[in-house]
Amino acid sequence: MSLKTLKTDLAIIGGGPAGMSAAVAAYDAGVRNLLILERDGALGGILQQCIHNGFGLHRFGEELSGPEYAHRYEEMVRQRNIPFKLNTMVLDLTQDRRITATNSEDGVFYVDAGAVILAMGCRERPRGALNTPGTRPAGIYTAGTAQKLVNVKGCMPGRDVVILGSGDIGLIMARRMTLEGARVHAVCELMPYSGGLARNIEQCLHDFDIPLYLSTTVVGIKGRERLESVQIASVDENRRPIPSTIREIPCDTLLLSVGLIPENELTKSAGVPLDRTTQGAVVDQDRMTRVPGIFSCGNVLHVHDLVDYVSDEAAVAGRAAAAYLSGLEPGKEEIEIVPDGLVRYTVPQRLTRREQTRIFFRVGGIYRNVRIVVRDGEREIYSAKKLKVAPGEMESITLSKDVMRTLSGGRLEIGLEETP
Amino acid sequence: MSKPVKERELTCIICPRGCSLRVTVLDDGTVSVTGNSCPRGKTYGETEMTHPMRTLTTTVATADGRMLPVRTSAPVPKEMLFACMAAVNEIVVSRDTDIGDVLVPDLLGTGADLIATGSWKSRT
Amino acid sequence: MKQYDVAVIGAGVVGAMICRELSRFEVRTVLLERMDDVCMGASRANSSIVHAGFDCEPGTLKARLNVRGSELMERVADELGVPYVRNTSLVVGFSDEDKPKLEYLLDKGIRNGVRGLKLVTSDEARALEPGLSEEVRWALLAPTGAVICPYELTIAAVGNAMDNGVELRTGFEVRTIGKEGDLYTVSSGEDALQAKYVINCAGVYADAVAAMAGAGDFTITPRRGEYMLMDKECGKAVRATVFRTPTAMGKGILVTRTVDGNLLMGPTAENIGDKEDTSTTAQGLEKVFEQARRVLPAVSMRQVITSFAGLRAVGPTGDFIINQPKEGFINCAGIESPGLSSAPAIAEYVLEMLGQSGLALAEKDRYSPRRRPFNWFRNLTPEEKDEVIRKDPAYGRMVCRCEGITEGEIRDALTQNPRPRDLDGVKRRTRAGMGRCQGGFCSPVVIELLAGELGIPYECVTKSGKGSYLMTGRTKGGRRS
Repeated sequence: MSLKTLKTDLAIIGGGPAGMSAAVAAYDAGVRNLLILERDGALGGILQQCIHNGFGLHRFGEELSGPEYAHRYEEMVRQRNIPFKLNTMVLDLTQDRRITATNSEDGVFYVDAGAVILAMGCRERPRGALNTPGTRPAGIYTAGTAQKLVNVKGCMPGRDVVILGSGDIGLIMARRMTLEGARVHAVCELMPYSGGLARNIEQCLHDFDIPLYLSTTVVGIKGRERLESVQIASVDENRRPIPSTIREIPCDTLLLSVGLIPENELTKSAGVPLDRTTQGAVVDQDRMTRVPGIFSCGNVLHVHDLVDYVSDEAAVAGRAAAAYLSGLEPGKEEIEIVPDGLVRYTVPQRLTRREQTRIFFRVGGIYRNVRIVVRDGEREIYSAKKLKVAPGEMESITLSKDVMRTLSGGRLEIGLEETP
Repeated sequence: MSKPVKERELTCIICPRGCSLRVTVLDDGTVSVTGNSCPRGKTYGETEMTHPMRTLTTTVATADGRMLPVRTSAPVPKEMLFACMAAVNEIVVSRDTDIGDVLVPDLLGTGADLIATGSWKSRT
Repeated sequence: MKQYDVAVIGAGVVGAMICRELSRFEVRTVLLERMDDVCMGASRANSSIVHAGFDCEPGTLKARLNVRGSELMERVADELGVPYVRNTSLVVGFSDEDKPKLEYLLDKGIRNGVRGLKLVTSDEARALEPGLSEEVRWALLAPTGAVICPYELTIAAVGNAMDNGVELRTGFEVRTIGKEGDLYTVSSGEDALQAKYVINCAGVYADAVAAMAGAGDFTITPRRGEYMLMDKECGKAVRATVFRTPTAMGKGILVTRTVDGNLLMGPTAENIGDKEDTSTTAQGLEKVFEQARRVLPAVSMRQVITSFAGLRAVGPTGDFIINQPKEGFINCAGIESPGLSSAPAIAEYVLEMLGQSGLALAEKDRYSPRRRPFNWFRNLTPEEKDEVIRKDPAYGRMVCRCEGITEGEIRDALTQNPRPRDLDGVKRRTRAGMGRCQGGFCSPVVIELLAGELGIPYECVTKSGKGSYLMTGRTKGGRRS
């Protein structure tokens, strides 16, 4: 028996904030035959477990919790009767946009799509990736897994906690665990600065007198069945632990907030080229990948700080997918944006049209009193002063249509320079 | 001329921008804030020096053991966070609840309501 | 007190294979394991290689049983539905000084009866494995070298033995062994049983168990080996198992593709005093990486998904100790490498010893050597999977995204012998949690399925045996009971 094959104009892989926003934007731009495929039992993705507030200030002008933010978008999806399949796992995606997926109702089935938007989000780096020596006891969780256990399952992963990594989820979990009665003894950060938002350091650590140790890492793990202690040490400028600084902190729980990795396994299976730095697809201003008709947005493209920006970016992809489906010719220009190293990456990485363009980027360290400079060859075409830039906070610049029109060639360099 | 009696560097937590504020309390009781990019930052700086407030987000238990996310409708005094947690942890939601429903009006006299930020339908 | 014909102590690969052999016959057999699950010692943390048998000293038990075990393994793996790939072994030399050492290995291999051995030049070696370092000058090629999943093999062998009537008692740590008449009494302190024959397969504790029975005064030294496991993307870098020219401490650090397509690198070799210390060390992992990179320059630290250590049970003689120092008490001790490769042959050998000692080996009417593999669903075509999902929708619910494991497969593993009792038990049987996210997404779901099957509260599920509690209680009142 042959497998069921669905045909759709637009398939959106992932029903989190990116997928929902992309779907809504595509619908509003005229796409009526579209389908969201979501692996979880509800729309909303990771927002469902992010019960803290701080979402939506930019997008809705009010401060919402994760589930509330997700609910706003779910309502928009439902008002438009945009179809979605829950508990549906996409197994494969080909370059010519055939999706293989599975769920309980449809079995294994294909979706042939005119365009595909990738919105699968990201996953956390696990302990194994850190190669921390020691035992392998219970009590070591990624911060996101702990967040799910606490907020969704109503269970405490432990009572005495050390957190490695000062990413936002780690900081949020420091507060969450404390409020639920655990003692958070330390947050250790390998880098000399935190990767999280300044407000989260303030309200999640300072409010509860939780120490943040910068340039510090976990060098040992002890405990046979359950974690009993971790050894922490300061690191030198090459991030190598300094043996004389090793000290032991008794604890039963180690939470890891050591980075997020875009989930691009499907992207790779479709032959979409990736950016080595973002570990997401290389895209143009429309968030179209190098494979025509396949778009990427949200945390699968690059890890964002704020869901509001995920929604914005996904809307760009949704509108662009609608334009693509309506037969609008993609741009023909090929302008590459090259970061100087202090700027680690940009999204988009390439431009195909000369129109007003917003370019998002992240820097590799904390820099004060700098200028963000964009050059077309020798010519400076954009510059803006910044008091401070930091890796934890995504920056953006907008190149006006007038500036874009003056560009000479195929390459723009973006970098940081000292203010004169 | 009034003189400064207390001065603090703060990171504004009102929005993800996280402005660095310098807050000065003068001997006449007035507070001055610099470094903010919006009026809410000024208010935050002033409140933070006099009576810091925080929005509480947590969960409550439901009758079938699942968790329902909740938050306070407005910030509550920072020093009351743990008292609020203790009160919230006693609650078991037994009626069907929709997002935005008030579960506890005026939580511990803070003036803020405890509201559901998710929906819960009992499985009967 | 319950009586048996044979009590096997230790549910590692050797104990498992012996039980499976015994289950063919009308023999009442019990398998005793101190941990909560089978395969908790060296059998779960090793190089996963079925060695061709060229490096054992000719004339030793090791040499004989390795070559025989390697011959038997393919059939055993097929019957038990365990992934097995004959991927060829290569021993590489980095200098012309290594050439005589490889020739010596070749000679030993021929004397041990290993088929197909060949010494090849660097060009020939790199034609087979383009990822090999430019530094490689010579290589010994062993086409009968293979890889297998050691824990699936052990679990499946125990499961098959149980399906054929063998009893498994987990959480039974043997503390005393006595003998009255022709019956041994084996006791854990809380529980005891009697058996005519006792087979000691206790791994690093084989010395202690032998001493309890007054059946040997050897010492087993735990030799720790640390490993790193790399992402499947990295597994494409090599097809064969690549060894370096061996030294006195063992075969050195090897690099191999696993049956699941990951890349495995290790082990170190360090004699330690603690028989429980499977912790990894910074120096050990660094050494593994440096040496592996010398063989395969393309490996990158960015692709490590986990690291672990295992303890080999090293005996005093350099050879396996398989003997019957007291009537009815058989030692299988010092089963270090190539123990996994030899296990089917050790079982055959022990059965012979039992037969010679008077154990009646009458074949059962109903015996099946086959077992439904754990991976039966994974290996179906999309059309076949679709059919299965129509009958059981649980196969349409994805639990582990990284490895593509469904709820149906986990439920199946939860009810198959020997049943898993904890998160790691499910992981070893189904691969759920073994992928690149290391259980971050799936463990909350697997815990729920386990709790349901075991009939315990969610927060009482453990990671790997007693004491390895995953949670300390509920957020809203009530601690873990």
